[in-house]
Amino acid sequence: MYAYDEFDRAFLAERVDEFRDQVVRRLSGALTEDEFKPLRLMNGVYLQLHAYMLRIAIPYGTLNADQLRRMAHVARTYDRGYGHFTTRQNIQFNWIKLEELPEAMAALAEVGVHGIQTSGNCIRNVTTDQWSGATPEECDDPRIWAEILRQYSTLHPEFTYLPRKFKIAITAAAHDRAATKVHDVGLRLHRNAQGELGFEVLVGGGLGRTPFVGKSIRPFLPVRDLLSYIEAIMRVYNQYGRRDNIYKARIKILVHEIGAEAFAKAVEAEWEAIRGGALHLTDEMIAEIRGRFIYPAFQALEDDPAELVEALKDARFATWYRNSVHKHKVPGHSIVTISLKPVGAPPGDATADQMDVVADLADDYGFGEIRVGHEQNLCLPNIAQKDLPELWRRLDAAGLATPNVNLVNDIIACPGLDYCALANARAIPVAQEIAKRFSDLDRARGIGRLHINISGCINACGHHHVGHIGILGVEKNGQEFYQITLGGRADEHAQLGTLLGPAVSYEQVPGLIEDVVDTYMELRAGPHELFIDTVARLGVEPFKERVYAAH
Amino acid sequence: MPLIENGKIIEDRFVRVGDDEALPEGAAVLIGVDRFLREAETLKGRQAPVGVIWPNDRPIAEIAPYLDRLSLIALVFPIFRDGRAYSQARLLRERLGWRGPLRATGNVLRDQFLLMERSGFDQIEAVKGADADAFDEAVHRYTVFYQPATDERPSLLRQRLGRTVRGV
Amino acid sequence: MAAPQQQKLKVNGPVAVTANRLTDGAVVWRTSGEGWSVDLAEAAIVTTADDAIALLAAAQKRDLDAVGAYVAPVVIEADGSVKPGNLRERIRVAGPTFELPH
Ligand code: HEM
Ligand code: SF4
Repeated sequence: MYAYDEFDRAFLAERVDEFRDQVVRRLSGALTEDEFKPLRLMNGVYLQLHAYMLRIAIPYGTLNADQLRRMAHVARTYDRGYGHFTTRQNIQFNWIKLEELPEAMAALAEVGVHGIQTSGNCIRNVTTDQWSGATPEECDDPRIWAEILRQYSTLHPEFTYLPRKFKIAITAAAHDRAATKVHDVGLRLHRNAQGELGFEVLVGGGLGRTPFVGKSIRPFLPVRDLLSYIEAIMRVYNQYGRRDNIYKARIKILVHEIGAEAFAKAVEAEWEAIRGGALHLTDEMIAEIRGRFIYPAFQALEDDPAELVEALKDARFATWYRNSVHKHKVPGHSIVTISLKPVGAPPGDATADQMDVVADLADDYGFGEIRVGHEQNLCLPNIAQKDLPELWRRLDAAGLATPNVNLVNDIIACPGLDYCALANARAIPVAQEIAKRFSDLDRARGIGRLHINISGCINACGHHHVGHIGILGVEKNGQEFYQITLGGRADEHAQLGTLLGPAVSYEQVPGLIEDVVDTYMELRAGPHELFIDTVARLGVEPFKERVYAAH
Repeated sequence: MPLIENGKIIEDRFVRVGDDEALPEGAAVLIGVDRFLREAETLKGRQAPVGVIWPNDRPIAEIAPYLDRLSLIALVFPIFRDGRAYSQARLLRERLGWRGPLRATGNVLRDQFLLMERSGFDQIEAVKGADADAFDEAVHRYTVFYQPATDERPSLLRQRLGRTVRGV
Repeated sequence: MAAPQQQKLKVNGPVAVTANRLTDGAVVWRTSGEGWSVDLAEAAIVTTADDAIALLAAAQKRDLDAVGAYVAPVVIEADGSVKPGNLRERIRVAGPTFELPH
């Protein structure tokens, strides 16, 4: 965990004061709605269909137990007793009152949590791998660099009114769990032949109306140059990104229009002028940030302790273990994913009581640490294997042990028309219906790894372009319709899905998805060929033939 | 529109002159960029001060050859949300070495004052009188600054080190 | 159902003007008394584009009570009661279409 110090606490208190003042000015009429809107957005406050919505950042997906408990408190006191974890390592409260927002924010600020830069045209919450610091796959803890970027970008005077929002993601593992190729800037931390740490820099990825996979503009950026290089990118974008059309304002359009090479040239020229300046990261600075990350005092334990071996004789535990428990870098420990996708429930929602349970479990077994991943699940990154059976029993009792991580009913869905003012169609009930079709978890396991992503409109908050199966809500004559794509993926082999065929109605979607899955089961080369690999091998045609013949 | 300089409301001694109007004799003038560039040669000989309004869609580097004959540069925020002039201001100060007055104009509200100050503006033309009165509060709302910018405020990047590493 | 604020105004049936209350975001309807009500039954209903534009313009004059005003379709039932005219408005009136977590 990164430990906030007196500077961070002072800053957050000042920020809450500022927002309180802005709310007072708005309610008194000193600020018009047009003037207030960008200010509230800079604090994560949206207006949705039925109410204001507060979005809280979870920097690099890391939370401590007290912070999660405080979120539970806010959900109970100011909202309707639940929160929604999003694909951007944020949490959203859907029913908050403007009048009460400063109170809620002050309560959150006390534990170092806030909604700053979760909205608006600024550098947003920097996201990363939810297994950071725990997985054996990584070359360094990417959160160190996410934290440096968080500090650098907080209330940046030059980059608070960019052409459009700006999202940065970092991975330090070869297997990319942070979707770096579909962000405005993706940073891939790795070591060069000399063993030095640096970033491959990708720019211009993104989803939404015009999806692009990011392009590499620098294979190796020494870590000490991170901030100066990002500043150069931001400065070029701030000046030359389009502002005439909101749909063309993201950096991906600039990169696409002038070409990645020309863009890279402009960035390198700007960087040359500033790289030795105030943003140059010295070893001391890096060490200072690194030193504020407190790692658990792991015990020396062996893998596969007797408690675990014994518990694995229980089939239900064993099923959960094989699905939701992952390898840790420290022997005798594991990373545990907590599915927020119980079959039939809104994906990513957690009640205040469930948040309290997870916070208690983190305190009792996991050094007080919790993570949020972009799949809308939670994670306890540091669990001793001997504690897994007890942990599982308590998760199970709270309805948090559904063993469906990465399976067909671990569906990612945006809020859609049930909440969102921009939506064309509903997303959550579609996810619920599909999940029910596959409620037999043996069947789901037989199908294997399959990511379904649903967005309620072209903005793509549910990442539908990069779902193995993507579902996009559109509108036809006032009715909800859905386009289906196959073969998208968000990992290191990121690619956009291919359209399957004409859009279908709300009622037809679950059956159609079942047909797609059945077709895969028939066509796959064997149980080890994943859905995404079958689609890669055969293309969408065989699926299209089968599915549309049936409908 | 009140003009604020270094925290105080001041009289604007520059007269804004349209592209087709005659330049008032002996007065400090603030003119648009097109006229400024068109009349650059004749303006050279002018005794009274000249300021230019530099639009936010023209690369700021192009102003370099004229800096030594300018007495004021005004940058423009056509709407609150259009932040290009923040970059122009920093480049003017940090890259082109402009030390003269740098004015923020357009849709300028109190919630931007601090960002403007930090980006190198020393004159701010506020839209609302009440905002101008609240200037002091607006720029002193924060005591903590994470990143280095054009102003001299110490950034946390270094402040933290001052605490933990001696002699930095 | 692109956000109604961004669409061209088309009126072919009864419509009302709706918005969100500034203080808490609650869904409100413009009344004939030039105020706002959380009850759709109290909404001023008009049927021509000109009347809708006038109702909207009056509603937008002051942004201190309600924000984001736009024209929304309604349906008048046989018994004279007023119902929201499309799925989006039904959800705004009745809340999400699934059971909320509890
Ligand atoms: C009130 C709710 C929301 C609104 C109004 C909203 C608005 C938007 C808009 C307008 C875009 C398109 C940006 C562009 O293409 O330039 C977008 C993209 C996106 N949003 Fe949301 N969003 C909302 C909720 C969410 C939620 C709940 C999540 C996470 C589950 C999310 C994550 C994303 C992601 C991942 C993208 C696409 C990536 C990209 O930026 O290109 N948003 N959102
Ligand atoms: S994808 Fe569309 S419907 Fe879904 S949350 Fe984003 S803006 Fe709303």
